[in-house]
Amino acid sequence: MKFLCVECDQQMAFGERQLPGDGTLAATFKCPKCGRVVAMLTNPMETQLVSSLGVEIGGRTVPAQPLETVRKMVTTGRDDAFDAAGHNGSPTWSVDAQERLGRVPNFVRGMVKKIYADYAKERGITEITPAVMDTARSELGLEGM
Amino acid sequence: MRTYHELSDPDRSGLLQQITAQRRRVAERLAGVRRIVAVMSGKGGVGKSYVTANLARALARAGKPVGVLDADLNGPTIPGLLGVDHSPLLTPQGAVEPAVSPDGIRCISMALLLDDGAPLAFKGPEAESFVWRGAMEASALREFLGDIAWGNLDTLLLDLPPGMQRYIELCDILGNPPPVLTVTIPTPESRDAVRRAMRAAVDRGSELMGIVENMVGGELKGSAGDELAQEFATPVLARIPWHPTPDIWSALAARL
Repeated sequence: MKFLCVECDQQMAFGERQLPGDGTLAATFKCPKCGRVVAMLTNPMETQLVSSLGVEIGGRTVPAQPLETVRKMVTTGRDDAFDAAGHNGSPTWSVDAQERLGRVPNFVRGMVKKIYADYAKERGITEITPAVMDTARSELGLEGM
Repeated sequence: MRTYHELSDPDRSGLLQQITAQRRRVAERLAGVRRIVAVMSGKGGVGKSYVTANLARALARAGKPVGVLDADLNGPTIPGLLGVDHSPLLTPQGAVEPAVSPDGIRCISMALLLDDGAPLAFKGPEAESFVWRGAMEASALREFLGDIAWGNLDTLLLDLPPGMQRYIELCDILGNPPPVLTVTIPTPESRDAVRRAMRAAVDRGSELMGIVENMVGGELKGSAGDELAQEFATPVLARIPWHPTPDIWSALAARL
């Protein structure tokens, strides 16, 4: 999928992706010449159709995890279907991610940590890195965390 | 106005590259599998899963490393037939270890992942879910192929559900149509339904390995196995009676 600024005859560059949580998706594209920004908004069915293919609009920032679609999208799955070997089911934190988490104010750090951990666990991500945090922040609308 | 292919910068989403990466992942994961065999039939209730499980056991008894992928996502029965328990699946880096039966058969099935008695349900808009549900199931099948640490196998048996949809998805995911083992029962009704499936497999380019005629010698009358074998010039590899002994399965395994 590409976006063309017709007036400038320039291919627009991908800006950001947001998942507001209501099943829709927003992705912005910017013309590198005139600076015009457009947003592509997809309805829940369109968003679902794309995610059912196991692909990410805007490109992947985190490598695909094993059984990602099954873990993320099946609602009737067993809680104990998977056991992350040696991790007791909980993801580990990279050094960089721990440093970043350390910059979150004390009084909300536990809550923020749990949000990221749940995000990673749900997707079968075994290690939380800054890239995982960026993706989670964008997808979950956690700007500032 | 320029068209898609006239825009030289890459598509940032790289959807095509993502799909290509998925296929590469499947190919790499299956690199240690000597052969994949799709067990299929155009008709439900002919005993595909039963044949698959017992064939797998016979291959394992013969010392062959064997795996079974239960591609019947909505009616999975393979773990029960193989005696696989519901222990959590191990997830070392980058893969999921298959469950292993008491006979040493590696296995993955939606039955291992779903709550007891729960249907397979996905997140997503309920209205017009038929639009995306098929794609979601195809993705699950792709992940079963590409994300399970199958290791080195002599044979990976794929137990397909009735109908042709999963077979077609499988051809697309694998890139090459897999060899097909067809299961029928003796009746004319089964013959007619299985004929369509075999025709579709031939049209797609699959090798027909042979026919297993199941539930022979009881109340079911007909000669579907022989008729289909003649029509498609493929052998009847086994006729399975209602209470088969292990040697019957071993003979089938030897002929496969």
